[in-house]
Amino acid sequence: MTNIPETGRTPRVQIRLVVIQILVLSLLGTLGGRLWYLQIREGAEYQKEASGNHVQQVVAPAVRGSILDARGVPLADNETRLVVSASRTDLLKQPDDGKAVLTKLAGVLGMSPEEVMLKVRLCDAKTPQPCWNGSPYQPIPITDEATAKQALQIRERAEDFPGITAEPEAVRRYPGPGKSNTAQVLGYLSPVTDDEIQQAKDSASPYLRSDQVGRSGLEREYDKELRGKAGVTRYEVDNLGRVIGTAQADAAEPGSNLVTSIDSRVQRIAEFELDHAMKVARQQFDKVTNENYKADSGAVVVMEAKTGRIVAMASAPTYDPNVWVGGISAKDYKQLTDKNSDYPLLNRAIQGQSAPGSTFKVVSTAAAVEAGYAWDGGYPCTSSYSVGSQVFKNFEGESFGPISLGRALEVSCDTVFYGLSDREWKKDGGINPKKGQPKDYFYKAAHQFGLGKETGIDLPNEVTGRVPDRQWKQDYWKANKDSWCKSGKKDGSYVEKIAYENCLEGNRMREGDSINYSIGQGDTLLTPIQEAVIYGALANGGTMYTPSIGKAVISPDGKSVQEIKPKKKGRLPVNQATIKGMDEALQGVITRGTAAWKFSGWPQDKITLHAKTGTAEVYGKQTTSWLATYSKDYTVIMTIAQAGTGSGASGEAVRNIYSAMYGVQPDGSIDKKKALLPEPETKLPKVRTDGTIKSPKVSDDPAKDIQVTPSGSPSPDDGSQPPATTTSSPGNGNRDTRRRARRRPRRRRVMPA
Amino acid sequence: MTGANSFSVSGYGPQRAGWTRLFARDSLARRLDWPMLLSALALSMIGSLLVYSATRNRTEINQGDPYYFLIRHLMNTGIGLALMVGTVWLGHRGLRNAVPILYGLSVFGILLVLTPLGSTVNGAHSWIVLGGGFSLQPSEFVKITIILGMAMLLAARVDAGDRKYPDHRTVLQALGLAAVPILIVLLMPDLGSVMVMVVIILGVLLASGASNRWVFGLITAGAVGAIAVWQLHILDEYQINRFAAFANPALDPAGVGYNTNQARIAIGSGGLTGAGLFHGSQTTGQFVPEQQTDFVFTVAGEELGFLGAGLIIVLLGVVLWRACRIARETTELYGTIVAAGIVAWFVFQAFENIGMTLGIMPVTGLPLPFVSYGGTSMFAVWVAVGLLQSIRVQRPMSA
Repeated sequence: MTNIPETGRTPRVQIRLVVIQILVLSLLGTLGGRLWYLQIREGAEYQKEASGNHVQQVVAPAVRGSILDARGVPLADNETRLVVSASRTDLLKQPDDGKAVLTKLAGVLGMSPEEVMLKVRLCDAKTPQPCWNGSPYQPIPITDEATAKQALQIRERAEDFPGITAEPEAVRRYPGPGKSNTAQVLGYLSPVTDDEIQQAKDSASPYLRSDQVGRSGLEREYDKELRGKAGVTRYEVDNLGRVIGTAQADAAEPGSNLVTSIDSRVQRIAEFELDHAMKVARQQFDKVTNENYKADSGAVVVMEAKTGRIVAMASAPTYDPNVWVGGISAKDYKQLTDKNSDYPLLNRAIQGQSAPGSTFKVVSTAAAVEAGYAWDGGYPCTSSYSVGSQVFKNFEGESFGPISLGRALEVSCDTVFYGLSDREWKKDGGINPKKGQPKDYFYKAAHQFGLGKETGIDLPNEVTGRVPDRQWKQDYWKANKDSWCKSGKKDGSYVEKIAYENCLEGNRMREGDSINYSIGQGDTLLTPIQEAVIYGALANGGTMYTPSIGKAVISPDGKSVQEIKPKKKGRLPVNQATIKGMDEALQGVITRGTAAWKFSGWPQDKITLHAKTGTAEVYGKQTTSWLATYSKDYTVIMTIAQAGTGSGASGEAVRNIYSAMYGVQPDGSIDKKKALLPEPETKLPKVRTDGTIKSPKVSDDPAKDIQVTPSGSPSPDDGSQPPATTTSSPGNGNRDTRRRARRRPRRRRVMPA
Repeated sequence: MTGANSFSVSGYGPQRAGWTRLFARDSLARRLDWPMLLSALALSMIGSLLVYSATRNRTEINQGDPYYFLIRHLMNTGIGLALMVGTVWLGHRGLRNAVPILYGLSVFGILLVLTPLGSTVNGAHSWIVLGGGFSLQPSEFVKITIILGMAMLLAARVDAGDRKYPDHRTVLQALGLAAVPILIVLLMPDLGSVMVMVVIILGVLLASGASNRWVFGLITAGAVGAIAVWQLHILDEYQINRFAAFANPALDPAGVGYNTNQARIAIGSGGLTGAGLFHGSQTTGQFVPEQQTDFVFTVAGEELGFLGAGLIIVLLGVVLWRACRIARETTELYGTIVAAGIVAWFVFQAFENIGMTLGIMPVTGLPLPFVSYGGTSMFAVWVAVGLLQSIRVQRPMSA
């Protein structure tokens, strides 16, 4: 107030001016305070929001690792294709949103402009395919089949094609070396789903939207190793999505290579022989059903006996794995999975299960020994075995008198096993077992042989097979009794009568069940891979190995080699003497038993083979053929559904596989130079630091190179196959373990379709 | 005194060479308010950097020349400085006689906007496009002429010593003088300018010593007027939306709330020292609309951080503080009213502009004095600075 006289103004104005000044100060102070609050106190929060605002990521897919065979020949690799892509961000910068450029591009690619436009639009709930469902910042592929000329046209006139790139890109490919197919083992890829992205979001290996994921086979089992890590570049973008800088860039890490124990040449031969055997079987006349054999599906497994490594695994019918490459068409997919298809996606070596027939007798033999029956005891091999009014006949009504267990195995005498199993069933108390645990030696043995559960092979979705023990009967009855009791009629049709019986006592272990079970008929189900484990163990002296296909995971630069060691999963429940006995008996099958007519002239003294044939009956279908064999190093299992007997359907095929591996010539001599794999491959292929793989050349078709046995289709039924010198004649060819005139054939499943 | 030539206002002592004379004791240069002048200049220079940062990549508006807005902003500042010099030269007292003419011209200007000659920018029909990238916003000049006009009326009898305070009749005349352009601007509708003008009237009335009743009456009238404007649908949809978004920015983050949200993110992400000039991702990414004009403060917030943005507030504070001092120290009521009017204008416009970017005021299209790009606004604020300087230079020497 002191300066009022000086300015000569009234106090009122002076006071109001001071008020204004204070107001000014407080308003500016408010701004400062608010600024502090936003920038200092909440700054971190806004920084986060700002970075989320304008960072977009672009994914550079990692090159998927190759799947190699044991010698380094690629079974699955990547081929370089010229991919023409469009960048939406660049297209949208153009005044007409890129329409002119896309039209021009369509002209170069020989596509219609509409088709190209549809491909670059973004998918949403209302947009039908084709559309792009990836990130809008990702270049959108328009075609992956551009020719070099088209790519050049686009690149040379880059200024005419803003936002369009023509770049070589890696695309999955299944080259099928030497015409091998390996489809079901390799599996396939398909794009990742939203659910999978969500689920793997916080895991160590999250998916990216552009990822292809292994859906089956090795592609699925070793997906993590093969996939690698996608490169992610984070771009800063402006409010219109235009890129204004790079925030962060992680280069893509290519996936590792998977070395398998598959030998592509043996694989090809196995596939060829399986296919050929099925074709031949279809020429054969089945006297039971009065039509030719259908031979509709089959599988073959070639396994290293001492490691459990799979050398070849084929499943028929099959398909071309390359249909998956670049996205499968709806038509192709329907063909592979439709109800009317023959389900070629199934790997019947691990997903097909059927009654094992006489190949199961090695289990029964072991069970008998375990139950205390002497190996050399004289067991009556009569022509039939009667229980009450039921008569269980031996095959062809043969009788050999009292024989040892070994001989019973060799000649596949059903009645010996009927008798032993029946005695054990009675000992356990018959239909009403004694209190306490029944011994159930025959069923226990099956479990000890690893049946009724997965072998643990490194392939997804293996099936378990089935041991029809008391527990299973109980469970099965519980699940089905309602429908049985509803449809069952005492005096109805065959099916109705069975249902009636099952309704009454389907939960009990009946005498007939146990008798049928002892020779691998009835409700027992095995997969080819389970047989391979059992016969492989017989070959190596009793050790069961977990079968495996993956042998090593090798980093893309070859520097890190992670070997997958063979895993022992247990021992057969048999002592060495028994193994020796079985070994001899199974040799006898080759030299004078049920398979002898197919192995005449085989150099048995140099390459000792062992075999067991099997023919399983399937209600309403033709018999399933089984042939289980092994040498010192390998076991070969082949099964064909609806194809007759084990030796008849698969004898030549299995022999040819061995011949090819060991170099056995038609005249019985051994040409080591032609032997494909006389000993299991122990070395790993070399992956060079530049990522290339050293691998030998595979001929165009190993199956054509090695015509070791006379070609043609020897047919037992027309008697064109001359009898072997040292073996008895196979007669009409159905010399095997099929029982005739069983009172009551049972329903059972053949390989699931 | 040598008439209007205020450069030799002191008028005593021997004539010296121009340079020395300019800085001689009691010379014009010495009597200028340098802190205010330098602060205002600094604000304009900072503004040019911010405008450049905000527009160098905006190819859709800078005609492919990254310096387009920078050069124009510097030109505008230069013209503004020249206008300030001219204003000081003429002197506020000298201009007092020309006030009726200036007032008439400015009202004519805004009337012209309402004719087909005017153009609409961002919803406000308040522009006259001159061509060649230049356009005028006559309502900016009206702010000055209202101040000058009201000051002339209110101070006339007081300065003459007839009365202690302006009487009711004078106040009514002054309000009527202000009401005419306000109503016209309201028709544009340029709500921001109307608000500024109302605040200017408040400041002018306060400084004039008019009765408290007038002051409170005006505040009440303002409130009633706001409600009336709302109820009578004078406002356009977009203006109502701006207020709604202010009340709740999360309302529609992609639509109405987008501006406020993005502005706040830009400023908030600046932190203490900011992302560095030209390195703000919000700015480079053009997430904030109208960033060279109304939202120029967000560039400072993001790229210069709390220190840089705070400096702008401090510099504005210096300008306003000096203006308040000028208002208090001048002995004439005319000068006091003019200075107070300018203070009210500047402080409200600065508070509203910065406040809306900080989310404490609703969004209106008001530029930040000295900093925002925009010719007319720049010219007007520098003329205002010229007026303030003139009041300081020409105040009767006390003691």
